Amino acid sequence: MPGQTLFDKIWDAHVVEQLDDDWAVLHIDRHLVHDLSGPPALAELTARRIPIRHPELTFATPDHLVSSGPSRRVDPADSTSIWAGLRAAARQVGVTVFDVDGGDQGIVHVMGPELGLVLPGLTLVCSDSHTCTNGALGALALGVGSSQSAQVLAAQVLRLQRPRPMRIRLDGALGDGVTAKDVALHLIARLGTAAGTGRAVEYAGSTVGAMSMEERLTLCNLSVELGARTGIIAPDDITLAWLQGRRHAPEGAAWEQATAAWAALVSDDDAVFDVDVAFDATLIVPMITWGTSPEHAIGIDGVIPHPDDAPTPAQRDSWAAALDYMGLEPGRGMVGLPVDWVFIGSCANSRLSDLRAAAHVVAGQTIARGVTAWVVPGSERVRAQAEAEGLDRVFIAAGFEWRTPGCSMCVAANGDRVPPGARCVSTSNRNFVGRQGPNARTHLASPATAAAAAIAGALVDVRSR
Amino acid sequence: MSFTPLDQIRGPAPALLVANIDTDIIIRVDHLTKGRDEVAAFAFDAIRLRSDGTNDPAFPLHQPRFRGAPILITGPNFGCGSSREPAVWALAGLGIRCVIGTTFGDIFAANCAQNGVLVVALSPDDIEQLVARTAAGQPVTVDLGAQTVAASDGATWSFSIPSGTKHSLMAGLDDIELALQAIDAITQWQERDRLRRPWLWAIT
Repeated sequence: MPGQTLFDKIWDAHVVEQLDDDWAVLHIDRHLVHDLSGPPALAELTARRIPIRHPELTFATPDHLVSSGPSRRVDPADSTSIWAGLRAAARQVGVTVFDVDGGDQGIVHVMGPELGLVLPGLTLVCSDSHTCTNGALGALALGVGSSQSAQVLAAQVLRLQRPRPMRIRLDGALGDGVTAKDVALHLIARLGTAAGTGRAVEYAGSTVGAMSMEERLTLCNLSVELGARTGIIAPDDITLAWLQGRRHAPEGAAWEQATAAWAALVSDDDAVFDVDVAFDATLIVPMITWGTSPEHAIGIDGVIPHPDDAPTPAQRDSWAAALDYMGLEPGRGMVGLPVDWVFIGSCANSRLSDLRAAAHVVAGQTIARGVTAWVVPGSERVRAQAEAEGLDRVFIAAGFEWRTPGCSMCVAANGDRVPPGARCVSTSNRNFVGRQGPNARTHLASPATAAAAAIAGALVDVRSR
Repeated sequence: MSFTPLDQIRGPAPALLVANIDTDIIIRVDHLTKGRDEVAAFAFDAIRLRSDGTNDPAFPLHQPRFRGAPILITGPNFGCGSSREPAVWALAGLGIRCVIGTTFGDIFAANCAQNGVLVVALSPDDIEQLVARTAAGQPVTVDLGAQTVAASDGATWSFSIPSGTKHSLMAGLDDIELALQAIDAITQWQERDRLRRPWLWAIT
C-alpha cells in the first residue's frame, strides 16, 4: 500500500461514514461564520426548526459588511439588521461572537489563526472561499456556501466528494523584493485558475519551509484562485512556535499531547499525488496582474501579452475583454503605469508582517499627488500591534489613511469602494470585473509593490528602489 | 433548502463561453443581503448592461430566442471565485436548472447541487458541437435519469454524475436532512474523538 499524503491523513481521520463513489460524511471540527454568509445559513436552520448542534465549535465575527471607517458602521443600512440578527441569534445559542470593538474582531481568516482557533490536523469550514488560507497551519480548511454552512451548523458534518491530492514543490531562496504573494501569483499565472479544481493542494519544498507563518497564510490564501478546494502546508517548528501561547491553542499537557499527534502530519515519502509539480523559486520576480483574472499575471518587468497569443479561443476572448475593461493595450510594459488608488489589506495581505513591509517602503516619503491610499489592518490585534510599533504614524505621515479592520475594499460590500474607472494597486486576491466597485480597475500585487506604487503614483519594480 | 425535483430539462440554451466568469459577475456583492427570490433581477449586471444602464441586446440571455431558457452553456472555470450562494439563487431565479460547461468552480458546483441546479461537465469538443446545434435557439434536452444531453438533431452526449448528487437532485433534497440522518454515527465518532483528541474539544 502506497504512503499517504498529508491531506489523506486528515481526511481519513475525519470520515464518519463512507458513502458511494468517493464521497464521505466528514466531521468538521471548527466552523467560522461571518456577517455576509452567516445570516442565510442561520435563517435556513431557523426556518426548518433545526438547532445548532455544536455552538461551542462555532465562532462568528463581522468582517465583510463592517465599514473600515472610524464609525465601524455596518453599511448599507439593511445589513445592520442582518449582522444584529446574527449576533443576537449566535449569542442566544452560545456561539462565541468576536464583535466590533471587542478587541478580537477581524477578517475571519486573520482572526481564526491568531486566536489559536485553527490547529494542525483539524477540519474547518467557513462560508467563504478564502477559508483555504487556514490550511497554512496544517488544517484541512474548506470554503463552502451558506447551505453547506447550515449543514455543519445542523450536524457538524459535511457530505463531500474527496478532493484529489496535488503537490506544488517550491525550492530555492526568494530574491530581494519577492514575497509569498508574488509566489502565489506566479503559480496561478503558470498553472491557471482551474489547475486545482477538485484538488487539495499541498505546498512543499525548501522555499515553503523557510517561509514565516504569515507568508504561508498568504500563499495558502490564493489556493482558491488556483481553483483548488484548499491549500495545506505540513506543520513544522515554525507552525508550533507561532501557535504556542495563542488564546485558544492547547496548553500544558494538552499541548504536549497535541504536538505529539501533529508530528505525523506530513506526506509520506512514497505518497502518491494526482498532480505533482515543481518550481524553481529563485526564478520568481515581483508580480502584477494586468487583467481581470488572477491568472492574468506577469512579472512587473514584463509586457502585457496579446490576445492572439492566448492558448485557446475562450482565453483569447477573455484576454481581449480584460484589456478593454482595464483600459490597456497588448505589448505595453507595466512599470510606469499611473495609478489612482492603493489598497493594502484583505485576508491575503493584512497581517503585521505585511504592514511592516509596506511601512518600510513608505517610511519618510509622501504618496504621489492624486493618489488615494488606504491601509486596512486584518484584525484588531494586528491594528493594536502595528500602532504599538508606530506603523500607523509612518503611514499617516506619508499620506495614507489608517483604517479599521475588515474586508474593506477587497470585497467592496460596505461603501469601501474604488471609484469607477480608477486604477487601483491592491494587495487583495481578486482582480475580477467590478470586484472593488463597478468599473474599478484592479492590479494585484504584494504589499511592498503596492506601497511603492502609492509613493511613485505609478507601478514600480521594487527591486529598482 | 428543498427544491423541485429534477428529471428532464428541455429548452433553449444560450452560451456564455468566455473563460472564468466568476460569481462576482453572476451577482454583485451589493445584492448579497437580498433574499433568495430577489437576486435574479441583478444577475450578470456586470456584463449584460450597456454603459447607460440599459440592457445590452447582444447579451445572449437578452436575445428573444433564448428567453426563459432553462439551460446555460458556459466557458471554462464558470462560477470560480467567491463562495456566494446567491450566484446560484440568481441563476435559479432566472429559471436555469442546468449549466453545461467544461469546468466549474468547486464551491459553485456544490452550491448548485444544494439548490437543485444540475452541473454537467462535457469536453471542450463536445461543448463546441453542442453550441453549433443550439446557437439559433434550438431546444436541448437534458435527461438526468439517463445522464444524457441531446440536441434537437438527435446528437447525444453522455455525462457522469456522482450517484448521491443524482439521487438528491431527482428527489429534490439538499444535504441537511441527509446529514442529520447520520446523527447516531456522528455522535459515536465524536465520543471516540473526545478520547483520541481531547485537546481539540477543550476550547479554553
